[in-house]
Amino acid sequence: MAILRDRELTDSAAVAPAAAGAAVGGAQTQSRASRRSTLVSGLTVLATLLVFPFVVPSVYLQNVITEVLIFGIFAMSLDLLIGYTGLVSFGHAAFFGVAAYTAAIVATRYSDNLLATLAAGVVAAGLLAVPTGGLAIRSSGIYFLMLTLAFSQIVYAAAWKWTWLTGGSNGLAGVPRPKFGGFDFSSPATFYYLVLVFFVATFLALRRLVSSPLGHSFIGVRENESRMQAIGYDVWRIKLASFVIAGLFGGLAGALFSYYNGFVSPHDVYWSVSGHVMIMVIIGGAGTLVGPVLGAAFFLIVQNVVSSQTDRWPLIMGLAFIFFVLAARRGIVGMYLDAVAVARAAARR
Amino acid sequence: MNAQILSPLIIQILNGLAFSMLLFLLAAGLSVIFGMMDFINLAHGAFYMLGAYLGLTATQRLGNFWVALIVVPIIVAALGFALEKILLRPLYKRGHLDQVLLTFGLAFVVTDMIRWIWGADIRSVPQPPELTGAIPLGITAYPRYRGFVIVAGLVLAAALWAIQARTRIGAVIRAGVADKEMVGGLGINISLVFACVFAFGVGLAALSGVIAGPFLSLAPGMDAEQLILSLIVVVVGGMGTLKGAFWGSIVVGLADTFGKIYVPDFSLMVIFAIMAAILLVRPNGLFGRAVT
Repeated sequence: MAILRDRELTDSAAVAPAAAGAAVGGAQTQSRASRRSTLVSGLTVLATLLVFPFVVPSVYLQNVITEVLIFGIFAMSLDLLIGYTGLVSFGHAAFFGVAAYTAAIVATRYSDNLLATLAAGVVAAGLLAVPTGGLAIRSSGIYFLMLTLAFSQIVYAAAWKWTWLTGGSNGLAGVPRPKFGGFDFSSPATFYYLVLVFFVATFLALRRLVSSPLGHSFIGVRENESRMQAIGYDVWRIKLASFVIAGLFGGLAGALFSYYNGFVSPHDVYWSVSGHVMIMVIIGGAGTLVGPVLGAAFFLIVQNVVSSQTDRWPLIMGLAFIFFVLAARRGIVGMYLDAVAVARAAARR
Repeated sequence: MNAQILSPLIIQILNGLAFSMLLFLLAAGLSVIFGMMDFINLAHGAFYMLGAYLGLTATQRLGNFWVALIVVPIIVAALGFALEKILLRPLYKRGHLDQVLLTFGLAFVVTDMIRWIWGADIRSVPQPPELTGAIPLGITAYPRYRGFVIVAGLVLAAALWAIQARTRIGAVIRAGVADKEMVGGLGINISLVFACVFAFGVGLAALSGVIAGPFLSLAPGMDAEQLILSLIVVVVGGMGTLKGAFWGSIVVGLADTFGKIYVPDFSLMVIFAIMAAILLVRPNGLFGRAVT
């Protein structure tokens, strides 16, 4: 009975995101033609992003796209947890925020060197992810969600109260754009390219990861934890690895965000930030890597457009989110794949 | 001399208990919904907030707090019943995560509508004239309205316990928490029970909001604050049990009140630390059943 139920679960819930992942992410089973088309579309997107600052001189738009790329990194890191390992974290802002604060503290007090600030931020996020992840993955489902929320709220309270270190409610202002060797990333366009480099590196690294044996074991845990355990995998370690890697990349996004914004405040660690990045993952399509980036783009661009017109952005975002949960659970990527499938079927007929 | 030390302590304990009772009403609804339907209603705080603002309007328009206390929870419960049928029902076939996500979106919609209608200013509800002033307690005195909150909370807790333990409806709900397929198999209309449980839980949240009106102030953000505390209550006490919601509320309400006095900088951390400590020792909360 239990086995039967497990198999049903695998069949119904798993195939959709797995199929999306295969088509977009590039699993081994892909045909050569579709792999080539993935490569072509990837290179097209990359080329567009590379020439973007030359074609669009607007500083405002360059900043918007920079922000999209930063949150794209953040959303991809959460997708590793939600979409691939099946761990729904509601406290991912903790790593983003801790890295943002650490990078800001190092940059304002000691050195605005790119490597120093970035490494400090990412290491801080990793150091936080090991114990909190180790504790949180002892439980699962709703309890996991609650524990991650609780840990992130502790970080929020610390950011709010440790005034001597974090500036308390005033936050830390005047975070400089980083320098590296002779390079100074202070102009919007140079900073855009810096973020783009990290974005592409993150995307390639995570794509590589999810098609590696470790990545497959993440998916195995998502699909059927007890079976993975029965086969002999150390599920606890797999989950911890996923949690820490997600935390490190979340930290990378946080450190980049502190340079981008020039300002870090307790708001950046608040649970609403965890909620927003989760919305990006779901709207874009969990378990696809590309989807969460599209989700981040959709979220931030619509937010920019809507909030310049009306104060009702939370209402519109809430309704959009409800629509995706009810009617398009596989997100933007899922809608696209469905449309492609319909078009192909029509062409064949 | 003793009275000087003792009376602030008594007052703080009573303040803690009054706050605990507000949390209990929220957490009881959250817990019953979770026990029955296996998902966390992240819009629970939004319904609490809706109850508080509707209570404000009803008290102002009707000039009577007591009518608001009865009418508002019924209106919000009816809304909950409709939302369950329209939005949550289609998701039963899918995982519980989708329901959690849906209520998260719903929370944004409801709180932003409230902000739209009532604005973002801090509002307060006048205390009913019968409950202004203070109750003499020998060595000290205590605000009458807060005393009412404590008594009302205890009475409602007793009533909920009686419903759960002594009535047919309570038996159906307890059976549903234990094994809903079996309850359905016994010929009970389980989807109607689900809708009623959701409506009832949401109504309790609104009741908590109406009671909170003259006690706490009304402002955007009140939903998230109270939602997080009541989630902690449910996790500390154990999901799906009324007993857990009650004792969890007492623990969190007192910890919050005393934390704010003795370690004002770290009151939130105190509560989360207590929660983490309890979960490490008892992963399913104080009175929780194992969740698979």
